[in-house]
Amino acid sequence: MSQFTDPKRLGKSGAIVARCLDEGRPALVAYFPVGYPSVDDSLEVVKAVVEGSQGRGADIVEIGIPYSDPLMDGLVIQHATTRARERGVRVSDAFRAVEAVASKGATPMVMTYWNLVEAYGVDAFARDLSAAGGAGIITPDLPPDDCPEWFEASDAHDVDRVFLIAPSSTDERIRMTMESCRGWVYASSVMGVTGVRDKTSDAAPVIVERARAADPTLPVGIGLGVSNGEQAAEIGSFADLVIVGSALVKTMGSDGRDMAGDLVKLRELSDDLAAGVERARR
Amino acid sequence: MSLPDSRGHFGRYGGRFVPEALQAALNELIAAFDDAWADPQFHADLAKLQRDYAGRPTPITVAESLSQHAGNARILLKREDLNHTGAHKVNNVLGQALLTKRMGKTRVIAETGAGQHGVATATAAALLGLECRVYMGELDTQRQSVNVARMQLLGAEVYAVAAGSRTLKDAMNEAMRDWVTTVDNTHYLIGTVGGPHPFPYLVRELQRVISVEARQQMLDDHGALPDYVAACVGGGSNAIGMFYEFIGDEGVGLYGFEAGGDGIESGRHAATINAGTPGVLHGARTYLLQDEDGQTIESHSISAGLDYPGVGPEHAHLADSGRAVYEPVSDDEAMAAFKLLTQTEGIIPAIESAHAVAGALRLGRRIAEEDPQATPSILVCLSGRGDKDVDTAFSYFGLAGEPDVTVGAFE
Repeated sequence: MSQFTDPKRLGKSGAIVARCLDEGRPALVAYFPVGYPSVDDSLEVVKAVVEGSQGRGADIVEIGIPYSDPLMDGLVIQHATTRARERGVRVSDAFRAVEAVASKGATPMVMTYWNLVEAYGVDAFARDLSAAGGAGIITPDLPPDDCPEWFEASDAHDVDRVFLIAPSSTDERIRMTMESCRGWVYASSVMGVTGVRDKTSDAAPVIVERARAADPTLPVGIGLGVSNGEQAAEIGSFADLVIVGSALVKTMGSDGRDMAGDLVKLRELSDDLAAGVERARR
Repeated sequence: MSLPDSRGHFGRYGGRFVPEALQAALNELIAAFDDAWADPQFHADLAKLQRDYAGRPTPITVAESLSQHAGNARILLKREDLNHTGAHKVNNVLGQALLTKRMGKTRVIAETGAGQHGVATATAAALLGLECRVYMGELDTQRQSVNVARMQLLGAEVYAVAAGSRTLKDAMNEAMRDWVTTVDNTHYLIGTVGGPHPFPYLVRELQRVISVEARQQMLDDHGALPDYVAACVGGGSNAIGMFYEFIGDEGVGLYGFEAGGDGIESGRHAATINAGTPGVLHGARTYLLQDEDGQTIESHSISAGLDYPGVGPEHAHLADSGRAVYEPVSDDEAMAAFKLLTQTEGIIPAIESAHAVAGALRLGRRIAEEDPQATPSILVCLSGRGDKDVDTAFSYFGLAGEPDVTVGAFE
């Protein structure tokens, strides 16, 4: 049994993580923006990343919602989301992607800049996400100590709240942030934006260690800069969730012109990542 | 209660909606600024730079001839255009550059629209020996190539941002991305009263010198407080600096003039308070131009410095509370005022500042219609000079840059 047992802390998504850990491996989280290369294509992508080519891929899919001012994102995701917006993606398309992920038996979550939730209506967003089968929202630019409305809505509709911690966070902020989360906490492994990196960060084990010391009851995910099975195995040896984003987006190299070919590459990467987390703790 | 509160709220606006990685840097900045602001030596250093380097205090000019066009109003101009680098921006950058040194950081980054804040930042960096990189929307680097060259002459690197709408808001995104990666040695020198707490507060405190001087000058040299104070509002730093000391003077009307572009009904404008809705952008809750999904809508203005789809959160609060009034001024109105001020007073204003002049003229005429007996005084913040805008004026007025007459040639 993993150390994570309190259902109130784990919510829906943390319970999945605990189940993976009970199987002896960390959870694999795949990020992909809805609407890229097109809305329909992205629905195929999120299903494929769950299945891989052997029926084994991501446990949780983080559906990104394209935003006009993505200040946390590096070029790969910026370019994809800019194209998605040019092609007419809407916020409500995220709920279609949530349903697509759920249809394949994986756990859908949404990652979004906060203004999109506020424009949709905070309560309405939580309600519709929950109705579509979504487990929760990752909010990279929402300070946990300044969002009472989100606590209310996420509690009312039973969706998880995942906030971020960073290498620069004080112990006090890490504790406060983790206390605010339900599900798991997202730890940035580097000071920087999203993107593929050649090497995993030395700061990753340190931040996981600090998070464990602050609150041992909540799983810790590591994101930013994991791009292949080898890195996933390395990060997964100490993190409870391994989060991959830009590398998956990069498999769509044809920008929609050759979806069949790109989906093969995506499934292969998904296989590689799934194998990585599988051997992470063996 | 003085605003903002400890978490940076001005009423329901403001806050710190930024990635966690930046929260520590913002806390460091709050601590450093509070410490500096309580230190008489810091104030002395800043005052010395303001006087001996920037040229403060700036005078108030009575615009007698211009006033002929303002009903029965008397227009006075607070001459921020006479600052070194040609605008009020220097007030802020000198303070933040001193603060950067005090924090032990060696590098500053900045965003810029028209290039005025970029030039001011590059200037302060040159003066104080800081490394400097300025992010500027690619479209703006094309519109304002002279300012790109000025920054480069001053030793700064200029990065054109080709993402998104390729304007000021995208430059701000890119500067935030730089900062999140380099925060150990870098200070993000924001140019306006926007962004996450403490910037709206910190920049206001540094721009407050405008109204501290102006209020005293009005009492000393003109016998009374003005009836109205007017300023242009993009992000709103000159306006907050101009308004601040007058907020407690209930008899003084505060008017902010936003860029109305082609007119609000055209959809091509930057009148955030007049035509926007509350939301979160660049770290703060404030009024912004957004579509029904919450995606930022691109703004439009003939003035690159007002071409921004958000506004400082304290202005949002002043608007909601009714203490200040915000009205749009169209491109055409601003350019007419630009020409009028130039030809009646011999002052070429920045097109940004021309919005304030146009608004003041309209206000004066409106009062004359409503109350023909009234002879109000309107103090306008002339935030910058217009040398940078000669190209825009050229194309707007259809000038060719050719002489009127050539004489002395052989037959």
